[in-house]
Amino acid sequence: MIAEIGQLALILAFMLGLVQSVAPLLGAHRGDSVLMSLGRSSALLQMVFVALAFAALATAYVTMDFSVELVAKHSHTTQPLPYRFSASWGSHEGSMLLWVLILALHGGAIAFFGRSLRETLQARVLAVQGMLSAAFIGFSLFTSNPFSRLSPVPLDGTELNPLLQDPGLVMHPPLLYLGYVGFSVAFSFAVAALIEGRVDAAWARWVRPWVLSAWISLTIGIALGSWWAYYELGWGGWWFWDPVENASLMPWLVGTALLHSAMVLEKRGALISWTILLAILTFSLSMIGTFLVRSGVLTSVHAFAVDPERGFYILVFILIATGAALALYAWRAPAMRSGALFSPISREAGITLNNLFLLAATATVFLGTFYPVFIDVLNGEKISVGPPYYAITFIPLFVPLLVLVGFGPMLTWKRDTARAVLRRLRWPIAVTAVVAGAGLLVFGLAKVGAALAIALGVWLIAAAFMLLARRWGLGRKGAETGRLIRTTPLAFWAVAVAHAGLGVGTIGVAAMSAWTDSEVATMVPGQTIEFAGHRITMDALGPATGPNYQAEQARFRVEERGQPFLMVSEKRFYPSSQTQTTEAGIRREVMGNLYISVGESATPGAATVRLWWHPLVEWIWGGAMIMAFGGVLSLSDRRLRLAMPTRKPVPVEAAEVAG
Amino acid sequence: MRRLAFILPVVLFLMVAAALGLGLRRDPSILPSMLIDRSIPTFDLPGVVPGDTLGLASSDFTGKPVLLNVFASWCVACVIEHPMLLRLQAQGVTIHGLDWKDEPAAGAEWLAQRGNPYTLIGSDPRGRTGIDFGVTGAPETFVIDGSGRVRYRHVGPITPEVWAETLQPMLARLETET
Amino acid sequence: MRRFVLGLFCALLIAGPAAAVLPEEQLTDPVLEARAREISRELRCVVCQNQSIDDSDAPLAADLRTIVRERLSAGDTNEEVMAYIVARYGSFVLLKPPLDMQTILLWCAPLLVLIPGGLVVALYLRRRGQVAAAESIPLTDEERRTLAAILKTGDAP
Repeated sequence: MIAEIGQLALILAFMLGLVQSVAPLLGAHRGDSVLMSLGRSSALLQMVFVALAFAALATAYVTMDFSVELVAKHSHTTQPLPYRFSASWGSHEGSMLLWVLILALHGGAIAFFGRSLRETLQARVLAVQGMLSAAFIGFSLFTSNPFSRLSPVPLDGTELNPLLQDPGLVMHPPLLYLGYVGFSVAFSFAVAALIEGRVDAAWARWVRPWVLSAWISLTIGIALGSWWAYYELGWGGWWFWDPVENASLMPWLVGTALLHSAMVLEKRGALISWTILLAILTFSLSMIGTFLVRSGVLTSVHAFAVDPERGFYILVFILIATGAALALYAWRAPAMRSGALFSPISREAGITLNNLFLLAATATVFLGTFYPVFIDVLNGEKISVGPPYYAITFIPLFVPLLVLVGFGPMLTWKRDTARAVLRRLRWPIAVTAVVAGAGLLVFGLAKVGAALAIALGVWLIAAAFMLLARRWGLGRKGAETGRLIRTTPLAFWAVAVAHAGLGVGTIGVAAMSAWTDSEVATMVPGQTIEFAGHRITMDALGPATGPNYQAEQARFRVEERGQPFLMVSEKRFYPSSQTQTTEAGIRREVMGNLYISVGESATPGAATVRLWWHPLVEWIWGGAMIMAFGGVLSLSDRRLRLAMPTRKPVPVEAAEVAG
Repeated sequence: MRRLAFILPVVLFLMVAAALGLGLRRDPSILPSMLIDRSIPTFDLPGVVPGDTLGLASSDFTGKPVLLNVFASWCVACVIEHPMLLRLQAQGVTIHGLDWKDEPAAGAEWLAQRGNPYTLIGSDPRGRTGIDFGVTGAPETFVIDGSGRVRYRHVGPITPEVWAETLQPMLARLETET
Repeated sequence: MRRFVLGLFCALLIAGPAAAVLPEEQLTDPVLEARAREISRELRCVVCQNQSIDDSDAPLAADLRTIVRERLSAGDTNEEVMAYIVARYGSFVLLKPPLDMQTILLWCAPLLVLIPGGLVVALYLRRRGQVAAAESIPLTDEERRTLAAILKTGDAP
């Protein structure tokens, strides 16, 4: 019954989406307020129905209704409750419904919060958002229906892939989708602006919080995925340049450019066509990402059950959406020029360069990801593009970019001089030079790359601190520092925090790339190994059980500087899905992580023990979370959220008195 | 000139979309064999079945087109393929076998249980000859012509469709060549 | 016991992330073993999803790791070992795509965006900059004083 309610709700939502696509567009063209308000009400109603549909699916999962095919395929009577719930999005059909839900929520939010927008603009934005909604709901209904029934009803289901039965993986898809789909708002606004033929500061002011919130979610989502891979996959890798990972990185890179470009647009009215193009590209990359995961055009560990037919539908839709948007851009954007001028050395120019570098980085990742497809189509040859390629192309791009990031916030708007900005940054430059020099001295030429990368991270942190120091008047005579600190706007803090976070992440990456240490050995209980300043003794090796798995578990006593602690690693077998996973033991210390992973050994009574020392690896995700926090600070700044003064009706008496 | 910069995104996008659309028809997991139109690698392997003194060697691949089937006792899909191979043998098709990454005793036992469709069999317990052939798994079947050159590789079990549509016409064509 | 000690000894000599290499597979010569690890990181496991043979647990990956070590022990150079594997499995097995006429676009990707983009941006900035420079007007004394006050307290006077 519940599944049928969900099905009906989805169908109704689809029809509402169609209404939402057409009515407000027509209304804006004709100036018909009734039609335009129809856009708002259909967006709100659609949101309610999609939420109802999703709730129906989640209920079916939690109550273990195995008559729903999807539930039977991804849930099991022994599956713990949180994972029964999160299995709602652990499949292609379910995750598509989550995507649709977030799309509808954003559409509803535009309808609800956007009452202060120019009526025609809001109407057109809702129309575009409605088209996106209708298309994806249609995709779900016609090709990937989550509510199809199974008959006869099985007694038990096939459980959710054990790798996905994990707290990190519970939050990973929703956060990613809030990011991917959140950028749809910017897309809709961009297309609406192109239709209207104008973009102003109010437009940018309205769009920026949405871009920011999508960016924050995507940052956390990607960091979460990387962190999960680190502790779950059993060998301490944290980024593999897998096509699906790249599919999340590309919208993030372009989204970062969009964020900064929108800021320039809001403050100075410049970079209009850049911002519109970036807004179109970001969501297009989100859609291409979802195409990649579901179509089978590339092999990936992340891919859902692949289906070229579904892939074709998504591609057609991307063709129409992005194609039309870019065609509109080619037609209308040249006329939308701003008069805002700025000199080659200015913050606007810095952000333009920032956009350029981020686009180059995105192009690199894009070509690296899709080149095997292009070559295969061209002449049937199969090539691979793996981490070695990205190490040579992507990393060198980021070095100048990160240097620039330190300079960016220190540049003034419109006009600045090289001498002035270098002077403002003299302390960070000095600190960076000292750190670089020290690094080279201590580690020598063998680790020159890592030493310089650490210096780069220090540069970012120092420049961020300098930003705050200048604002607080540190070292300036007569400055009321206490007061200046108290009155620092949140948005100002946000820049410093976010860029410092980038520096922290850079240091983490550098340390991990250069100073990871490892060992592999065959161990039996009672044996001791010395590794990375630790004494590791295998205490026990034997079977263990969990709610839905059996395991071979190894327990280790580890001593570091006399302090002993316990570490456990096991190899699990899940009988329902016949899969194996390796659970590593991880000990988080100040300078890095000790990582132990066990495997089978040909020698009976022994296990193959792999040990790693991961220096500063937590700084990678810590840095990402600091960046995201910077985003949150920016979002919390009231100045950003007070979009525009609301139009209040003027009382008649007051008008008479004034007149 | 400026207009060009604005048209570039849509043009590039259409090219990418077309490429992706065509890419949907390709299968990224199919790896073409490096040996197509090249001579088979040189090898000389002992037999599998007890008492088999002939084994399988590269010199056995002259005279007429044959199939080389890679199998193993641990290979599940090979069990599915096996009846088809017996049928082909009955029709007169020459199939040589490569017992890949398998203990000879296990391979012999497997064949004794299910029947032996092979004219000659080679034992490759370490898998080196398989690697020389670029084998990625079992079952795989190579079509080798009368002069010892590989003409085709099929990955996966031979189904009746695969035989009728691909392998049989190919063998027939190769017969007329020699 | 001796094999374990030998394996441990070898493992201690190797400074590099171990992934799927088993103690039994490792070579005794640390230089050769380091080269083997380096080469393995650049070879793709053909039966896995996007893993190198150094990272993969698959049996075929183990076989290829052993072959890499055999070829190195036989005196091949790194390039010769890679060529040996490519001859059998194709360019697909190279995680770093070869540089040839087909892949030139791939390798030049960053430059293809940076150079034309950089030129466009440079021209754009120069044009805008010229006009901006012409427009600037110096501050009056009154404005200068107001500015100093703001910087001192954070508020306008």
